[in-house]
Amino acid sequence: MSRLAIPKTYKLFIGGKFPRSESGRTTEVLSPSGKFVANVAKASRKDARDAVVAARAAWAGWSGASAYNRGQVLYRVAEMLEGRLDQFVAEIVETTGASTADARREVAAAIDCLVWHAGWTDKFAQVHGGANPVAGPFFNLSVPESTGVIALVAPSVEQSSLLGLVSSVAPALTTGNVVVVLASEHAPCAAMTFAEVLATSDIPGGVVNILSGSVAEVAPWLASHADVNAIDLTGATGEIAVECERSAAQTLMRVVRPGTFGPTESAFSRIAAFVETKTVWHTKSLA
Amino acid sequence: MEFSDRELSLRAARLYYDDGKTQDEIGDILGITRWKAGRLLALARETGIVAISIVDSADTAEVRPPNGIVVTDRSRAQGVTDSGSLRRFLHGLAAVDAIGLEERAGRLATRSIKNDSKRAALDTIIRLIDLTTLEGADTPGKVRSLVRKAILPDPSDLTAPRVAAVCVYPDMVQHAVAALGSHQGDGVTGIGVASVATAFPSGRSSLDIKLADTRYAVSQGATEIDMVIDRGAFLSGDFDTVFNEIVEVHRACGRPDGTRAHLKVICETGELRTYDNIKRASWLAILAGADFIKTSTGKVQPAATLPTTVLMLEVVRDWFNLTGERIGVKPAGGIRQSKDAIRYLVAVAEVAGDEWIDPHLFRFGASSLLNDVLLQRQKMTTGHYSGLDYVTVD
Repeated sequence: MSRLAIPKTYKLFIGGKFPRSESGRTTEVLSPSGKFVANVAKASRKDARDAVVAARAAWAGWSGASAYNRGQVLYRVAEMLEGRLDQFVAEIVETTGASTADARREVAAAIDCLVWHAGWTDKFAQVHGGANPVAGPFFNLSVPESTGVIALVAPSVEQSSLLGLVSSVAPALTTGNVVVVLASEHAPCAAMTFAEVLATSDIPGGVVNILSGSVAEVAPWLASHADVNAIDLTGATGEIAVECERSAAQTLMRVVRPGTFGPTESAFSRIAAFVETKTVWHTKSLA
Repeated sequence: MEFSDRELSLRAARLYYDDGKTQDEIGDILGITRWKAGRLLALARETGIVAISIVDSADTAEVRPPNGIVVTDRSRAQGVTDSGSLRRFLHGLAAVDAIGLEERAGRLATRSIKNDSKRAALDTIIRLIDLTTLEGADTPGKVRSLVRKAILPDPSDLTAPRVAAVCVYPDMVQHAVAALGSHQGDGVTGIGVASVATAFPSGRSSLDIKLADTRYAVSQGATEIDMVIDRGAFLSGDFDTVFNEIVEVHRACGRPDGTRAHLKVICETGELRTYDNIKRASWLAILAGADFIKTSTGKVQPAATLPTTVLMLEVVRDWFNLTGERIGVKPAGGIRQSKDAIRYLVAVAEVAGDEWIDPHLFRFGASSLLNDVLLQRQKMTTGHYSGLDYVTVD
């Protein structure tokens, strides 16, 4: 006897929970051959608003955690992703039409990306910060601190569905930022399954929030949101990127323009894109 | 018709001691001179119409009249003249249908508010806020910045209205009054100064201390007093103590010039447990002389809830239907978001009526609510979401 198929409905990931879109909307995800794969929630501007609230609430805890602890948590995410490797491979093959070998390479690269960033958490400040030479009996220390709430437009499917997302999220998390991610519009399934990985790892709720839906509809609201501190437009294109950049200028938020980094690039400079340098003076001696 | 001197002195004594009128006003009311009024009051004392006892100790039993409660005009009109009738009255109130009440509150919360109404609602909410700081760590500086925020909630948008009142501890009243200056008023004409009193928030002290607390706040310039009821006494069935305490505090709200501070009575619904208790406490507070009934101190969970507030609104509506007199309602504690506050406004309009959407009859006891309302206003003005960096840190 054949079993009845149970197609999955992918929901959003906000504040550690999996709510449906406030708007009640969903879209269908089709395979390249046009076959129905699943329903995915279509986020509205209000979902984005809620995600920013959740992220802001999580920021103090995540940026206040020790760098060593953040490294452990990122490594844990890599472990959980490794355990679900086959599920991701199957999902990527089904939604993008990639070969199994390519899909396996992509997931492996995503896992390695997380491990690489896990290693950077407690070393980044040593490289990016420094003890500055000053003409006086003072320590003068520059320390990188997290920027805050980062909105990320994840690269779209031609570039990569899972690896593009992980390559955007990991550098922001490394230094203690919290993120609101707009998943790739065309292949959101892997992104939403990655949310399940995050939910079962030790990442505190709200540190990563993932929305699926229309980038053109939601990204401008994040770009103009006064409580978002930076926006990464790596996955945005054309008019939308320009509009977002213009809105972002109103609140002087940091902007990473499209093309600044490769969609799957892991680089020190990408981690450095979302830090604020704090410089402190301290007397060398009280004598 | 001529009144005998004894009858006149009885009336003069009631006006003077019960209603807090001055000798001048009594003269006007009775159509006699001020000096005659003074002589009548002296006569009242000499002939024993008025008995004044000075109580030096905390023992409240000495001032408690033999019949159990100090009868007020309101209670007398409802036939509540002693312990027994008070108990019968409160237990004779119709039981609250808890499921129905919560259902109704839930239904009121589902109203959809259109954008232009929302703008009006947000401004109305600001006008109804008692901006509150009740922390052990309060300082004169904190109160001054609270007052500045009350006067000018959003410095980036001068169209934002001011709040109804600031609410502080008694020792902070002087600083609030000084900081308000000419902005002080009654909630409509200007910003009121509300002070909690009567050993807030627990209310666990002697009556003398509670009265002294109240008099101190009034003498410092408080225009509104938020008192707490004795929940322990209420829950153990000692309605007389609760009733008499409210009457005494009501008297202590009087000022030397014959006017008095408005009295809000906090039922602390979170500790009363049942809707029936909340309903009884609300009626009791009104009978004893409350100008406002208030849900909570904000120090006990759950604080204000929509069903509780709907219940209190039903009580003041019933009191209005019974007597034609309007009593205010103040939900306090736990209302942090504009969305919630709008639901309360809907409940006020639907249950009590539009007349209650007025600083004299409805207030929100809140601190963080104001910032959320300002953020929503900014969103409506600018078209993009705002953040906490754009409002003051409290």
